[in-house]
Amino acid sequence: MTQVRQPPTTGIPTPSVREIFMGFFSIGINGFGGVMPFARMMLVEQRQWLSADEFLDALSMCQFVPGPNIVNLAVAVGSRFQGPLGSLAGVAGIMAAPMVIVIGAYTLLMQMAESPVVIGALRGMSAVAAGLVVALGVKLALPLLRKKDWLSLGFTVASVGAVGGLALPLLPTLAVLIPAAIAAQWWWMKGRAR
Amino acid sequence: MVVDEGARKMSDLLDLMLLFAKIGLVAVGGVIALIPEIQREVVTIHGWMDAHTFATLFTLAQAAPGPNLLLVTLIGWYHAGLAGALVATFSLVMPPAVLTYVLSGAWRRLRGAPWLDSVQNGMNSVTVGLIAAAGILLVRASAVSWVALALSIATTVVLMRTKIHPLWLLAGGAALGALGLV
Repeated sequence: MTQVRQPPTTGIPTPSVREIFMGFFSIGINGFGGVMPFARMMLVEQRQWLSADEFLDALSMCQFVPGPNIVNLAVAVGSRFQGPLGSLAGVAGIMAAPMVIVIGAYTLLMQMAESPVVIGALRGMSAVAAGLVVALGVKLALPLLRKKDWLSLGFTVASVGAVGGLALPLLPTLAVLIPAAIAAQWWWMKGRAR
Repeated sequence: MVVDEGARKMSDLLDLMLLFAKIGLVAVGGVIALIPEIQREVVTIHGWMDAHTFATLFTLAQAAPGPNLLLVTLIGWYHAGLAGALVATFSLVMPPAVLTYVLSGAWRRLRGAPWLDSVQNGMNSVTVGLIAAAGILLVRASAVSWVALALSIATTVVLMRTKIHPLWLLAGGAALGALGLV
């Protein structure tokens, strides 16, 4: 295994499997509308398992690997301190409470599915939730627009068009767009270096 | 006609497992970027639910504490109960978790490599598009009235201009809806 276990560089003792579970449990239960800010608060400020730089480093890796970022972060942090068991504890910690809560909330709402108040509330919330995602997309696209990064924006538009407009399946779309986007970035970077 | 309940249940679980294991491995840019693909699979191809139900499940996942992937937990629950929720969640999480575990040892050597910038920029540009597509799709599914559409647009504008916590906006939307205004 490539895994190297290291104690925290912040000087605190290595967290145990149980502490890893509890730490990620607290992230899961607090993370309303996005868990990453809470993850940073817990890992860097409260428990100081990671330095600020280590957190950024781990985050950029988790964004690079496919899959849910926060779960990947739990895997990376858990494995660093306690190997495979630490990873399992982190993932179980982050998922346990939210899964119970969301299933409970769903079951409760379905009991009242006929109630016009519940139907109305869900309608209103759905409209807001959709707006949250649009805002996220705009926020991510803005830096590209500000930098006038037409190359990246071209691929952004292509992926909106393919997946949103034409409803093409994701796998073949990514198989074409991602290598093309990476090659284009590489070629552009080379051109600038010259 | 006699339907073998046990066999049907197993095949439901197998469907969930294969679908979400596949989706987890193409999950560049997190779960939000996957929404168009998940919707295409569970609504259009498999017909497990309509687009409106899909949008409702997404809303609940957003309103609950915890990661966005709770959407997948709820789809599993909707389709095959508790076993479905566990299988769907586990299948989505597991393959990337193994990749992360293996890569986290090698990352120190990889980061800072010049080609990694191109890879990250390239992936990012495509991911942003996927998230935008997810937004368009969810607005379409939840725009049951002009007021609902206006609410989506207002949410976007407010979030762009203020640092208000999204939970307050969700609560506001719920209140307006409960009053029968949406």
